[in-house]
Amino acid sequence: MKKLLATAALALLPVLGFANTGGPALEEANIDLRDQASLQSGARYFMSYCSGCHSLQYMRYNRMAADLGISDADLRKYFLVGDAKPGDLMTRAMTVADAEKWFGVPSPDLTLVTRWRSPDWVYTYLKSFYLDPTRPYGVNNPLFPNVAMPHILGDLQGPQQPVMSHGAGTPVAVGAKLIKQGRLTAPQYDAMVRDITAFLTYVGEPIQQERKRLGVYVLMFLGVFFIFAYFLKKEYWKDVD
Amino acid sequence: MSAEETTTTGFMGWIDKRFPATKVWNEHLAQYYAPKNFNFWYYFGSLAILVLVVQILTGLFLAMSYKPSAAEAFASVEYIMRDVEWGWLIRYLHSTGASAFFIVVYLHMFRALLYGSYRKPRELLWIVGVVIYLAMMASAFFGYLLPWGQMSYWGAQVIVNLFAAVPGYGPDLSTWVRGDYVISDVTLNRFYAFHFVVPFVLAALVFIHVVALHAVGSNNPDGVEIKEGPKGNRWSKDAPSDGIPFHPYYTVKDIVGVAGFLIGFSAILFYAPAFFGVFLEAPNFQPANPMVTPLHIAPVWYFTPFYAILRAVPPMYDSQFPGVVAMFASILIMFLLPWLDRSPVKSIRYKGRVSKIALGIFVVSFVALGYLGMMPVSALATFLSQVFTVLYFAFFLLMPIYSKLDKVKPVPERVTA
Repeated sequence: MKKLLATAALALLPVLGFANTGGPALEEANIDLRDQASLQSGARYFMSYCSGCHSLQYMRYNRMAADLGISDADLRKYFLVGDAKPGDLMTRAMTVADAEKWFGVPSPDLTLVTRWRSPDWVYTYLKSFYLDPTRPYGVNNPLFPNVAMPHILGDLQGPQQPVMSHGAGTPVAVGAKLIKQGRLTAPQYDAMVRDITAFLTYVGEPIQQERKRLGVYVLMFLGVFFIFAYFLKKEYWKDVD
Repeated sequence: MSAEETTTTGFMGWIDKRFPATKVWNEHLAQYYAPKNFNFWYYFGSLAILVLVVQILTGLFLAMSYKPSAAEAFASVEYIMRDVEWGWLIRYLHSTGASAFFIVVYLHMFRALLYGSYRKPRELLWIVGVVIYLAMMASAFFGYLLPWGQMSYWGAQVIVNLFAAVPGYGPDLSTWVRGDYVISDVTLNRFYAFHFVVPFVLAALVFIHVVALHAVGSNNPDGVEIKEGPKGNRWSKDAPSDGIPFHPYYTVKDIVGVAGFLIGFSAILFYAPAFFGVFLEAPNFQPANPMVTPLHIAPVWYFTPFYAILRAVPPMYDSQFPGVVAMFASILIMFLLPWLDRSPVKSIRYKGRVSKIALGIFVVSFVALGYLGMMPVSALATFLSQVFTVLYFAFFLLMPIYSKLDKVKPVPERVTA
């Protein structure tokens, strides 16, 4: 059985490898979901820079506040916009019609973006905007060619130029390189983007930390149960030759 | 193997005069004599029943909060994951349970292949088992549409479109299955109805499977018929000497199996519920969008061997129909297995080298096809799929020849320890 499991595990390995091919390489986000300070600043950045266009339509304000240790007063002061109530879903102000008028496409909901894109993708994406005068908002992204979104964090990061591929065929952007530092230094910008990624990863599955915590107890119980079951079986079977 | 005469008194006596409670208990558990030499491979039958019960129970609770409509389905799943008390656990139990069900059943079927459990007198037992497998696949297919994610939608679109390949009636047939020209709210509603009812059909089939098993008795790793061996054991003078009462011996043993299984199951559920995108596919975290086709559509892992066979067969006369036929044939051919195996022995332990190699090739082909079915189409993947498809069918179609010609070892009179 061990051999079988090992074979099965080996067979799955290339699946993971395949999933990452065919696009620019992703940087590791290195997020820590136990770091509440990181999640809180990620939440604040999200509210300041992202929430105008992007909703978190399956997430409730008060759930976020409870999980991230945000007080009710702070929640009302910094997070609730307009007549939003703590129990409301985190929908956005912009209408679909406006989004289509301004960007050509409705801006996607981001509740589950880290679950279908991966945290590393989000982290790398936010770091990879480069100047491209052919685009309406003057920027493009190798991870999402011809993306409609402007580089909302552009003045923080500073302008970037594309890194082009050197293989056969038409060269395409595979990365981006900083030309001139923006209002933040590179490590500061990385930390900010990491916080946003951590927050979005939390939002993608708010129960994640809790399920990992519970899992320990479940597995410990089952381990003890297994031992008892094993010796019970041995006791019953000792007269079977 | 009729149950011993027992007379009960008191409360059970009152019950037994009106309902055969003690009789059923004895015939199927306390005085059902199973071979004493069951090994690791014999855990998966009881585990399959456990997972079926888990699926029905968690499914019932999911149904209390799920909304089977195209407008609300996706959001209702997230509502279950976030707002319903313990909803995340119920949902992960159900999604992990779906994959666990197939893992357990594939191992259960492999056991039958190993020890010839489909051979006379267990042909009907095997056929009922294959019907159970078909019902499982149907239930899983219907269920996979319900989260209404991108992969749910486009996976269903691809599979229902297979019906469109039927010559002549195809397009009308696929429209009839969907109830619409595309997968839509109507399709979601009917799939939900089927997904709710098929598991109960499955439970009934499992009951028939167990009745069939207890009529003929369990096979064992030696493939020896214990009923044809000497009679008399510690519990009964008529029972097979190599048999032991299912209860308590195999009930306590199966509890160990359950504990071991639950450890692996919980490890996945609590630490990798998406199982690296294999149990819950990443594109399914995006709501279904009929306007945007995902770059790469693959069914869930338990269907991919058959999907690879579908893709391996090239279109003929501008029709995908041959591939569809090959795919269905690859499943339906299992029904013929009891009559394809002409070996004088049942168990792999006493079969010759050719049969062992054939089974090995079959397992490798099945796993390889499963892997290739997840991969995007490429010339190499298609070629390999074709090779393994041929090997898959060769295992069955050449079996009457190689199983007859293969050298066999002498089978012992009694089961071995």
